Amino acid sequence: MLCDLCGKNQATVHLTEIVDGAISELHLCEGCAHKKSTEMEQQFGLADLLAGLAQFTEKPDEEKLGAQLKCPKCGFSYQDFKKIGRLGCPQCYIIFKRYLNPLLKRIHGSTQHRGKVPLKVSGRGKKKAGLLELRLRLQKAIEEEAFEEAAQLRDQIKRLEKNENK
Amino acid sequence: MKINNLINHTTEWLRGTGPNSDVVISTRIRLARNLTGFPFPHKAGKIQSGEILKTIKTIVSSVDLLKKTTVFALSELSGIDRQFLVERHLMSLEFARASNNKAIIIDDEEILAIMVNEEDHLRIQVVQSGFNLFEVFNIINKVDDILSQEVNFAFLPDWGYLTTCPTNTGTGMRASVMLHLPALVMSNSINRILEAIAKLSFTTRGLYGEGTKAHGNFFQVSNQVSLGHTEEEILQNLNGLIRQVIGQEKSMREVLLSRNHAFLEDRIWRAFGILKSAHLISSEELIELLSMVRLGVDLGMIKEINARTVNELFLITQPAHLQKIEEKKLSARERDLKRAEVLRQKLQ
Repeated sequence: MLCDLCGKNQATVHLTEIVDGAISELHLCEGCAHKKSTEMEQQFGLADLLAGLAQFTEKPDEEKLGAQLKCPKCGFSYQDFKKIGRLGCPQCYIIFKRYLNPLLKRIHGSTQHRGKVPLKVSGRGKKKAGLLELRLRLQKAIEEEAFEEAAQLRDQIKRLEKNENK
Repeated sequence: MKINNLINHTTEWLRGTGPNSDVVISTRIRLARNLTGFPFPHKAGKIQSGEILKTIKTIVSSVDLLKKTTVFALSELSGIDRQFLVERHLMSLEFARASNNKAIIIDDEEILAIMVNEEDHLRIQVVQSGFNLFEVFNIINKVDDILSQEVNFAFLPDWGYLTTCPTNTGTGMRASVMLHLPALVMSNSINRILEAIAKLSFTTRGLYGEGTKAHGNFFQVSNQVSLGHTEEEILQNLNGLIRQVIGQEKSMREVLLSRNHAFLEDRIWRAFGILKSAHLISSEELIELLSMVRLGVDLGMIKEINARTVNELFLITQPAHLQKIEEKKLSARERDLKRAEVLRQKLQ
């Protein structure tokens, strides 16, 4: 399959978009996907959606693709993390979730927090905590190919982000 | 409070009192916390780390529980002052090396210390003399609760508190107990104990934490796992393990006392003799000898001094402390001279 945008290269990234209930599919080559992701990031911060898609369609090359993953918030890449063993910002945890899960399991023997929870978060903080969680759920929905749910989550994130920037 | 005022008293964790203080020197818990919306310190720019510091400073000055604290900007501390705080276990060696928007908040009793912009935005630490895991946790938990009402900590329900390094993710808690185990070392049973500790996924380190050697029979045991267990469970496990080690050390002390009494007495009194009469002494030699003297005090052999004095000597003979007393920079040789002089004065 050739890329829907340039029509020249092999499409390796397959994006399903749902806008107001209408489903559209987009098949992109790596280069165009990258361009599109920057474009989308400016629109509604969905670079992670693309990254997530790229991951599950390219399982054999997972490590290679993981290496190209970059946190949109702080610019830290998975490659950087592998080099220094430190993450760039809290958001990195969500972006690199797929890779961190087995790592946390190896370090701690578990991936489920059971300890204390911050006492109280302010209004703004609640919104932010909500955003973090929504992004995580979005990632999961994409992994499970639950695109309708993913689209709903994406819209919810979009709304929250808009409010936050006001 | 000024740094120079600290020199006049022994830091809390060296008080030499508290439960099981004949084997346990101190109990320490630290929590790693980060603020949402900021990159982690190693990735944060000057403006961002400045903003974090400003936020924390504002909270410290407005919260009652934190009013009796002082904020020291690292950029305003001399090299000796920084080392001085490292020797008092109030900050880490790594933290002392760079100063960009880093600060340390210390309470007047030296129980609580908060490092700002260390590996994580906040490293909250509470330390006490003796073996008090749950009491120390209660204090730090209160401080953490208060801070969490004022700022938004980076947190995910699945993974808990998000930290710069995934080895701290979850509770962000590291609890460590500093043990003095001379009998287990002398009887060559320490390796068996250390292996058992490692098997239970706890770690052992030297006096000054990560990457330091165990000197003078002092060992720091702490939890390695921070995700998947509640704080209480982690503390219970560590508590049980330390109780075992204390029991082993105590029964080995009994064995040495009954079977090798002369040998033990000889080691202890020789050590005391050298400390009282040396004219040049390195810090490595001092720690080895003080360890023996401390054992002598704990076993009731040495009655002229108490555990507190031994601990005080242990602290004031460290390089930066000596230079603070002398109020000038000293070479290694000058320090060895000064160290011996301080010892002779204090042990007369």
